[in-house]
Amino acid sequence: MTVEREIVRTPILPQDLAANPVLSRWVTVHPGGTVDVRVGKVELGQGILTALAQIAAEELGVDLEQVRMQPANTARGPNEGGTSGSMSIIHSGSAVRAACAQVRAKFAAEAALRWGVGPDRVTVRQGVIRCDERTMSYGELAGVVDLDVPADPCGPLGGDRPALVGKSAARLDLPDKIAGRPRYIHDLDLPGQLSGRVLRPPSPGATLLHVDEGRLADLDVQLVRDGSFVGVVGADEAEVMRAVKVLRDATTWEESDSLPDEDDLSTFLRSGPHETIEVLIPEGPPPGGHTIQATYSRPFLAHGSMAPSCGIARWNDDGTLSVWSHSQGIHGLGAAIARALDIDVERIEVEHAENAGCYGHNGADDAAFDAVLLARDVPGRPVQVQWSRQDELAWSPLASAMSADVRAVVDDSGSVLSWRYDVWSQGHTSRPGYLGVPGLLAGAYLERPLRYPAPADPPAASGAGTVRNGVPIYDFPDRGVTGHRLLETPIRTSAMRALGAYMNVFAIESFMDELALSAGADPLEYRLRHLGDARGQTVLETAARAAGWGTPVEEGVGLGIGFARYKDKGAYCAVVAEVEAESDIRLRRLTIAVDVGMVVNPDGVRNQIEGGATQAASWTLKERVRFDRRRITSDDWESYPILRFSEAPEVSVEIVEAPGVPSVGAGEAAQGPTAAAIANAVAAAVGVRVRDLPLTTDAVVAAIEASGD
Amino acid sequence: MTQAFELTVNGRQVRIETHPDTSLLHALRNELGLKGPRFGCGLGLCGACFVRMDGQVVASCDTPMWSAEGRTVVTVEGLEPGEGLHRVQQALLDEQAAQCGFCITGIAVNAATLLETNPDADEEAIVEALDRNLCRCGVQRRVVRAVLKARSESACHVTPEDAV
Repeated sequence: MTVEREIVRTPILPQDLAANPVLSRWVTVHPGGTVDVRVGKVELGQGILTALAQIAAEELGVDLEQVRMQPANTARGPNEGGTSGSMSIIHSGSAVRAACAQVRAKFAAEAALRWGVGPDRVTVRQGVIRCDERTMSYGELAGVVDLDVPADPCGPLGGDRPALVGKSAARLDLPDKIAGRPRYIHDLDLPGQLSGRVLRPPSPGATLLHVDEGRLADLDVQLVRDGSFVGVVGADEAEVMRAVKVLRDATTWEESDSLPDEDDLSTFLRSGPHETIEVLIPEGPPPGGHTIQATYSRPFLAHGSMAPSCGIARWNDDGTLSVWSHSQGIHGLGAAIARALDIDVERIEVEHAENAGCYGHNGADDAAFDAVLLARDVPGRPVQVQWSRQDELAWSPLASAMSADVRAVVDDSGSVLSWRYDVWSQGHTSRPGYLGVPGLLAGAYLERPLRYPAPADPPAASGAGTVRNGVPIYDFPDRGVTGHRLLETPIRTSAMRALGAYMNVFAIESFMDELALSAGADPLEYRLRHLGDARGQTVLETAARAAGWGTPVEEGVGLGIGFARYKDKGAYCAVVAEVEAESDIRLRRLTIAVDVGMVVNPDGVRNQIEGGATQAASWTLKERVRFDRRRITSDDWESYPILRFSEAPEVSVEIVEAPGVPSVGAGEAAQGPTAAAIANAVAAAVGVRVRDLPLTTDAVVAAIEASGD
Repeated sequence: MTQAFELTVNGRQVRIETHPDTSLLHALRNELGLKGPRFGCGLGLCGACFVRMDGQVVASCDTPMWSAEGRTVVTVEGLEPGEGLHRVQQALLDEQAAQCGFCITGIAVNAATLLETNPDADEEAIVEALDRNLCRCGVQRRVVRAVLKARSESACHVTPEDAV
């Protein structure tokens, strides 16, 4: 007997479309033929809106020029959560694809109805709906097709029209930005807009005792104070800036030491109390072998966006609140403001406005909240708050310092029998709304302070934080991985590009080289020996081949390799660094291979990998947040130096094709492998291992001298 | 406390009434609506606010109005007289040599000035000049490639219209 079964697709919409099913939330077709596309993801300088526009144009069957990507808005657009973790192309990409495929099907069906033909005879290309000789445009049907309807789980989900996707498209936003046309939140000039500045306390533990208001009498500004939160508002930005300088001298504060010893962060991180995160519980090592171990660390790091944070807010006459922010999560920001001020979230509208590159949870949300607090005293008027460079570097959330112990038992051939990894860190998120608190900087300084607890970690399903990429990709017989998240800290840390993965991959991949050296093996061969993952092998071999791995190098030059699969299920990335160690440490070149699954915009992927690797080189070679026991002291570009043009390495990127494999993000994949590759190249060049970041020339020289003792 | 200052901006004579300590950057952005020069650090350390003043590349955030009186200023908006982009800007666009783009106008002013005063600038000279500009997204090498391309595409040496 045979049973006939009809094979049907499980009727499931992509998660972001399922959460925001009404098609008109995503797409509006105008009579002139242009199509507005609204998404919940935001442009952070990574080019996501261009990639999503490519997908929209492809599925709608229109030219890229017809698509107008709209700024994310809590009231008008879909809620897709935050823009982080290299998830945009996965979540928003599939939702836009399905929404636009369904819109196209509706327009095609309407045309078919009018022509009295079957919908399967209708094609849509370059904005023209066609059946034989009959044509119609999107615009002609704009007022007819109803998009105020939910997406159909059994309807088309797209993905079968590869026309634009896979080809490099020029970024849609760059012409304005290169020409210098107004585009950033700093450039917004709303009717009646005022300028605001906040005077941050002299140190995080400070309390405002007194303000000598008379000192501001000659200045055309309004003072705003709530507890230890103090700022000024006025019509002329330059006047407001002068006023905040005067205000600094006109305020009296009580200060106290609250920060740990910067020169002994390892002790600070390991002193606890901790949350223990058991990632892999070991089964117990096989008998025999000998043990090798090492300890690695990184300092606190700053986002260092080129533009200081900025926010705009207006309290409207009808009791609603309008906010403009470059936040990564406008819905989370709106909810946090509502919670902080005890107002209905429905009365708050947050619109995204572009700013300089954002690499994680920086000061954007805090600046928006500053604007909300200052604007409260001037109802009906928008107030634009601009942070200073000093505030940006000293008061934005930092990326946590971390410390890790790695221990391996190896057999006679040097292969790993057993692996143990322990990492200590602060949490990697304090995004607005975390742990049920608003988590906005100014909140802690109000008359009725809104305290925030120690930073948390994202859940494992979102890639975790402290232990992100803590599990090595290699097939060791026995593995144990444990994270230790610090539960009490005076330092506010949050998400920065790759979170814990940068440090964990640095430690794991540095240690792999140490093991290879101990085994007398080539580092590439040693990795491949332990690696069963075929895509991983291809990426490693591709990078090595492109870098000329195995050919002799000059005296004083070293090659090093670093490799990981981001978040264990994202992009594969292998980096080969070429370092010259003569009078100083110079990073000459990074040769990178990456597999991101199906590629939407190849040049976009290259740009993200190049930029990520260059930024990781800056963290690795130069960066360290400095502080004394009272305040952060690295608050300008001299005290917090970053990579300069003369230090930027040549970067080449090979994309390993993986057609048919779903796309994963590219923005964070290179961070950890780059750090490890540089560290391994330095070790190869000078013969001495440096395990504490940053790998400055001074640190390398100190290690060489110590090794000679 | 305000004073009137007269200067030439992008070939146009302008009069700005402001406090003498107001920075040229804020005068350009807020009084003249020129948003191309950008606020990055306020200390002249990042280059996002670079403009050309009497032929020299200066940090407008660090230039008080009292010192700009009577000067000739060119912002990124004025690099190319008339419509269109300066060849350096066009090359930056062609090479997609920007991610967030915030630093790029200051870089364009600096690189355009270099090529106009030293049309044969080689890679070393370009990198040396641009060492005053910071970029956090990591597009430095793309920028250098773009400027080299702009150099090779310019057959003739253009005298800066604002040279003194």
